[in-house]
Amino acid sequence: MADLKVGESGIISGFQSSSLTLKLLEMGFLPGSMIKLNFKAPLGDPLSIRVSGYNVSIRLDEAAMILLQ
Amino acid sequence: MANKKYIKVALIGNPNSGKTSLFNQLTGLKQKIGNYPGITVDKKTGVCSLKEGKKANIIDLPGTYSIYPRSDDERVVFETVYDLNPITKPDVVIAIVDAVNLKRNLLLFTQIHDMGIPIILALNMMDVADRSGIMIDLKKIEKTINVPIFGINARSGEGVNKIKEALSSITSGTQPKPFYEVKNFAPQLISEIKSEFKLENDYQAYLIIHQYKHVHQLTAAQKELIESLIEKYAFDINSAQAKETIDRYSIINELLDGSFKVKLDGHQYRFTDKIDSILTHKIWGYLIFMAILMGIFQSIFAWAEYPMDFIDTSISNLSLTLKSKFPDGPFFSLITDGILPGIGGILMFVPQIMLLFLFIAILEETGYMARVVFLMDKIMRQFGLNGRSVVPLISGMACAIPAIMATRSIDNWKDRLITIFVIPLVSCSARLPVFTILIAMAVPEVRILGIFNLQGLTLMALYLMGFLVAVLSALVIRQFVVRKGKSFLIMELPLYKWPRFNNVLITIYEKTRTFVWEAGRIILAISIVLWVLASYGPSDKIKNAEKTISEKYADQNLTEKQLNTKIASYKLENSYAGVFGKAIEPVIKPIGFDWKIGIALITSFAAREVFVGTMATIYSIEQADAETTIRRKMQNEINPETGGPRYTTAVAFSLIIFYAFAMQCMSTLAIVLRETKAWKWPLLQLLYLSALAYFASFITYTLLK
Repeated sequence: MADLKVGESGIISGFQSSSLTLKLLEMGFLPGSMIKLNFKAPLGDPLSIRVSGYNVSIRLDEAAMILLQ
Repeated sequence: MANKKYIKVALIGNPNSGKTSLFNQLTGLKQKIGNYPGITVDKKTGVCSLKEGKKANIIDLPGTYSIYPRSDDERVVFETVYDLNPITKPDVVIAIVDAVNLKRNLLLFTQIHDMGIPIILALNMMDVADRSGIMIDLKKIEKTINVPIFGINARSGEGVNKIKEALSSITSGTQPKPFYEVKNFAPQLISEIKSEFKLENDYQAYLIIHQYKHVHQLTAAQKELIESLIEKYAFDINSAQAKETIDRYSIINELLDGSFKVKLDGHQYRFTDKIDSILTHKIWGYLIFMAILMGIFQSIFAWAEYPMDFIDTSISNLSLTLKSKFPDGPFFSLITDGILPGIGGILMFVPQIMLLFLFIAILEETGYMARVVFLMDKIMRQFGLNGRSVVPLISGMACAIPAIMATRSIDNWKDRLITIFVIPLVSCSARLPVFTILIAMAVPEVRILGIFNLQGLTLMALYLMGFLVAVLSALVIRQFVVRKGKSFLIMELPLYKWPRFNNVLITIYEKTRTFVWEAGRIILAISIVLWVLASYGPSDKIKNAEKTISEKYADQNLTEKQLNTKIASYKLENSYAGVFGKAIEPVIKPIGFDWKIGIALITSFAAREVFVGTMATIYSIEQADAETTIRRKMQNEINPETGGPRYTTAVAFSLIIFYAFAMQCMSTLAIVLRETKAWKWPLLQLLYLSALAYFASFITYTLLK
């Protein structure tokens, strides 16, 4: 996920297991759903992501936990 | 339940679902803020009148994405809804969901539904959904899930009456069929727990297996029993929870199939994306944020001055009038010199609090606050702070009181605590009168390069230093504060909206009331103690002050005014404050202070600016033109040990540094107590800031001496 460029999309395949996994699931980051990198904060971190029809901000190291197909 | 006069209603929803707007619509100003025992989360309740004289007691629970708690705030949600006591548990839950993000919002709804508690579903932001081309077939959904659904607009109040009607007629029927069967995870374990605790359904049993450690009503023995049962059946909680979440989402997908249609994906974000491209822009984003901060700072720094002056003058006029009307005596003195100034000291903060929360409420309402976090997160994280720490820290440059209250928007408790800890280091406006006098003594009035006034530059340097030390302190404190788990920033960036005037006003009202009633009590108590310290003494000297001084100056032909100032000075010197000031002289001598400054340190714990007034009394200065006279008097003071001037540059700088760092402000102490709800935090902070001030002054004095 962290390798995505601004404007690009991908499909979530799973997560690197961490304490964050559940939080991500609850926030609508579901395996099989589409995820799009809207834009990055000016300093490159955090990111604005569109997932499950809404916008969410997420730090780079948190985004790295999301695996894409 | 339909026959109960008072029904207990819990309001639950995701963050940004419009929960607070609905709460305000239902209760108006009939709101109360209380405490949950042992934690810092505020308990917001309010009363809503229903039909036929019935009333609903509504509790506004913190926003959460799921019933499984991760923080104190979220735990409150779980504990309130999962209440084994039939008397205290809510009769009905209103689940408010954002119609635009229906899928994600319904997760929490299905969980609460499955707990078997009567529930009403309020679909908020129907107007936005309409405009964004989202079609929702309410009737169809209602039929599928068998729960009353209402489409509302919590901001305008549309549909709120239908919810009120539904509240008065809802009945606790039979246990609903759950959306999701948890039994398959551990059939025997769940049925054993269910019968052991006489629970109504499987999900209740399943939740207790999950959260038994946090269910207060369970005894230690019961908790042990659950623990042993979990071990017996080797139940793996975490993987079950992940599966539950994923499964619930697919159930929600099925349920919405055909009744929730999005014409154009992301259409509702068209407008928000455009604004974001400016507000989070590399250059414009920061420039606009800076401009907003400047605006806030300017308003609480400069505009608040007029109402503050008005309050100040009114209170002192009232005090003078009372003094002229009533006889002298300890009782009236307590009122005019102790209580009235104390109340004045509380009311003085009100304009600043109101102004700051006007801005903060607007920033939160519009959705801009989330962007502030987004912009500042990387920078602030370096210092152990949070993106949300920025607005409170900058506001601290005007006054620490509203700034500390503003830290409430920091959701991570540790980040919030660190921010509260360092805010008093940021130079506030109450330090200005102290700095002005001391800088005038320590720094010559010269210009550098023909434009910069050296005294002005010193003042600016003090502001910068305060901010720098605050940030560095955060870095140091971060090493000592243990964090439960990793801090994360997975935060919704909500749609931009126009702020609702009504919500803004209620925020301002509520913040002001909380300050006046809760912090105000402590401020008043401390100011009375300080008044006693300054007006009473261990010996008879105070009682005989008038006689002693009139006799002493009998041959000098002083006017009555001059004589009175001499008496006041003599009284202060012999009061408890005076005695303490002398007693601490050995301690403050290494930083260059004498007992006169010692007295001022004690009295100015009320507020830093009191230093100036105390110095005026000690040096018997009449009120008029006090500032320049104090400076002259202080400059002329001779140090008996050296024969040179008492206030050397070293002493003046030492004092400046002391006032820059020390927590010389009882109101700050009171508000920290109110916000952290435990004495240990304000006391630790007092200790830390006093120690920091002492050592910084010691170094300053030793270097300059």
